[in-house]
Amino acid sequence: MMNEARRTIRFTLNGRAASANIAVYETLVEVLQRDFGLFGGRESCGQGLCGCCTAVVNGAAVSGCLYLAAFVDGADVVTVEGLADRGVLHPIQQAFVSESGFQCGYCTPGFVLMTEQLLKRYPHPTDDEIRHYLSGNLCRCAAYPDIIKAVKAAAKSLASSRD
Amino acid sequence: MPARFTEPADTTVEAPSKARRKAPALREVGRSIPRLESHAKVDGSAEYIYHLRLPGMLQGKICRSTVPHARIVRIDASAALAMEGVHAVITADDIRTLIPDPYYGPAFHDQPILAIDKVRYVGEPVAIVLAADLHVAEEAADRVVVEYEPLLPVFDEVAATKPGAPIVHDFLRPSGMFPDLKHLKDRSGTNVALDARVLHGNVEKGFAEADLIFENVFRSGKVMHATFEPIVSLAELNGSNGLTIHTSSQSPSYVRAEVSRLLGWPENRVRVRTAFLGGGFGAKLYIKLEALVAACALLVRKPVRIGLTMEEQFYTITKHGATVRIKTGVAKDGRMVAREVETWWNGGAYADIGPRVSQKSGFTAAGPYDIENVSLANYAVYTNDPPAGALRGFGISQVVWAYECQNDIIARSLGIDPLEFRRRNILRNGRPHATGTIMTNAEIDEVLNRLSDRMKWDAPIDRGAGPIRRGRGVAIGFKACIAPTTSVAVMNVYGDGSCCLSCSTVDMGQGSDTAMAQIAAETMGISTESVRVVHPDTDVTPYDMATLGSRSTYHMGNAVRLAAEDARAQLLRIAAAALETDTEELECREGAVISPSGSRMTIGELMHARFGMQAGNVIGMGTFTPPYVKPDLQTGQSPQITPFWMLAGAAAEIEVDTETGRIRVTKLVNVGDVGRAINPAIAKRQLNGAGTMQLGFTLFEEMRFNEGQVINASLADYKIPGILDLPEDLSAELVEFPHEHGPFGAKGVGETGMFSVSPAIANALCDAVGVRILELPLTPERVLRAIRASENRPLDNE
Repeated sequence: MMNEARRTIRFTLNGRAASANIAVYETLVEVLQRDFGLFGGRESCGQGLCGCCTAVVNGAAVSGCLYLAAFVDGADVVTVEGLADRGVLHPIQQAFVSESGFQCGYCTPGFVLMTEQLLKRYPHPTDDEIRHYLSGNLCRCAAYPDIIKAVKAAAKSLASSRD
Repeated sequence: MPARFTEPADTTVEAPSKARRKAPALREVGRSIPRLESHAKVDGSAEYIYHLRLPGMLQGKICRSTVPHARIVRIDASAALAMEGVHAVITADDIRTLIPDPYYGPAFHDQPILAIDKVRYVGEPVAIVLAADLHVAEEAADRVVVEYEPLLPVFDEVAATKPGAPIVHDFLRPSGMFPDLKHLKDRSGTNVALDARVLHGNVEKGFAEADLIFENVFRSGKVMHATFEPIVSLAELNGSNGLTIHTSSQSPSYVRAEVSRLLGWPENRVRVRTAFLGGGFGAKLYIKLEALVAACALLVRKPVRIGLTMEEQFYTITKHGATVRIKTGVAKDGRMVAREVETWWNGGAYADIGPRVSQKSGFTAAGPYDIENVSLANYAVYTNDPPAGALRGFGISQVVWAYECQNDIIARSLGIDPLEFRRRNILRNGRPHATGTIMTNAEIDEVLNRLSDRMKWDAPIDRGAGPIRRGRGVAIGFKACIAPTTSVAVMNVYGDGSCCLSCSTVDMGQGSDTAMAQIAAETMGISTESVRVVHPDTDVTPYDMATLGSRSTYHMGNAVRLAAEDARAQLLRIAAAALETDTEELECREGAVISPSGSRMTIGELMHARFGMQAGNVIGMGTFTPPYVKPDLQTGQSPQITPFWMLAGAAAEIEVDTETGRIRVTKLVNVGDVGRAINPAIAKRQLNGAGTMQLGFTLFEEMRFNEGQVINASLADYKIPGILDLPEDLSAELVEFPHEHGPFGAKGVGETGMFSVSPAIANALCDAVGVRILELPLTPERVLRAIRASENRPLDNE
């Protein structure tokens, strides 16, 4: 029967201690939505191909629609909701706003989180680096040109805040 | 009795407002304001119905047909019902206890809520399992056993019109909603749901007089919307006799009307609300899951949610595949003298809005050209494919694909530059279109000029070397915005002077909340950011036909302008009384009413003056229905077929790898005639977004079928454009000549960027390597086969 194997996991969620009682087959997105009301990570293609479900586990982006919740036991999990500081947007989020790097917005949290990953690795990315790094995130509204602008604006803003 | 300040709203105002005639400088309209909801979209908090959870709700999982055409012998749900956690399994028999005639659809009442007696496509809903746990519902849906007695299917839209073809529906059931379709009632023994014609001049005579005649058959395959927020609906009981439906719909007003009709209820017992949509593109129009979820909630007396997966979306609604036969007679000087177009639209198993797609796009199938003799025939055809409906442009890109490829063929064989060929033939303002409607407010010449400038058309291009060949192509297209339709808006001023705009336009990413707020703000003399836009909720927001066909900016924009003008007029009267002056002397700006002497009252102060405290409402209302004359059934003639024409052009530069057949689009320019851009940045983003979507439909997107089964029903196998597919040089340009009846001159733009992309690329392909491909998409294999065939060394067949 489907509900037989349940377990309790403990992890850090956006900087706070969290725990959840999960079934072993449940994905990270399901658990974040059901138990924590976090809908920034969202399932769309259901195959880890579109990036809408992106979450960051121990500093690395994962596809939350495929990643089993059981795997985050003991891990550090960050979602898009963890970026803003008491309502003040993270510079990357602010850049997506000022460059309007979205239309319907469904894929946007995934792009924001992947941009954060990208800029950690390449603080001053070239166009090619941006395109390759974000090629695993899809946007059906195709706001790609503005997303690229947002990434560059975010890089600039983060660089100036480091100076 | 309180004093009435309400001015009757003019219901069909066409003339521009007084304010516009004075042409004051615009403060809010024309600004590239970031979307009002930006913050919520980047922090994950934007509301989408897919994420709504209702207390105590059940999840529904649909059990779908595995065969394309069959009689249902029996449905055995016992194994599913035996599963722990399954609340119910519902079939058509259950639905009929609630709704005796459970067939729905905007054009035809042909689609059963769940299959009755027969299934007509692979993926058709046959039963639904309800369980609190979605995983349980999924597993149980697999355990529902359905026994079928197969019937012969038909998939090809042309074959389906031939004598002896399997018949998908025994007789036609037009819904009555569209007067243009009423004559089809009870027609039987045919798969042609609608044949719509346009006759202009004498096409036979035209061909007889032509120096040259060209005839080709073009095809477009089926593609699909792939909205990232999958289609979803929830229903819950509302009091003792009402129902609330939360749904990712582009047409909440229609959902209310159709669900009420099915239930035999007055509309006021059904409440339909939406939130932001994670993409629409036409997938979320009319009824998708709403009738089913409503029936389920009423049968089990509990809230029910049905949310599709991406895979299920491939079995819900598609774009029409189409076969277009186009024959054109030309004089030696390059003037087109006769054009005959016959289009077969593959509508799939249920009509959805297909017959309207066929008719409304079909009547533009000769292109934006001044041709004396035109004959157009359009067949909306039932087949055993999944239903086809609207996809960003209705059927426009399918007919543009045909006429713009053929125009290139003609221009090349006459040795006329493709741009010049179009210039010689375009339909200019003041000239009659094939339907008899006079072309107005359409800037085709300017679209061509901009394309020419952007492409540096007069300068030669680098043709490439070795296996990489380069070429460039151009195409133009147009659409008549659909009619007749109505939009209603309400501008509500609160006691403190803040304003809420209520309208049922759905923001699905096109930025309508922001654009409508800009129009309201401009009219009221307040800031856009201070306007709150209420999302569609039929208990609160007034009627709107639907968010489709690039109609919102023009129709709802006008309704919003009228509503804001109405509210402004009431505020001016309050101010005139308070300031002891004449309304004519007063001006609304910066959130206040200002007199020539400089005395000013904020809107909040005016409300206080009127109600004696921070209280009350001033409610402005606007209704907009542009005129329309139904075309003659035999000839398709109408003096007023559309409220406005949408003009577009695209040009592409490409590289072709002649060893692999792969096309790389290096430059793509999309030019749209938008009247006036309410928000230029959003309008350009729409053009680029549409252009990129059509780039996918041009180069690789195609639903592939095997006996009715979609064999690539996932984003793993059905690839959509990603960031690496973006042309290096992608740009959009707005042509702005204010439309005389548009709100501040605006007209629609959401679909414009789709029209011309495919033929521009195919024409560039021909320019690069001299091969002409008549069928979309232009996959590497298709291109390579064409190149090899042209070199007399064809590739072996598969």
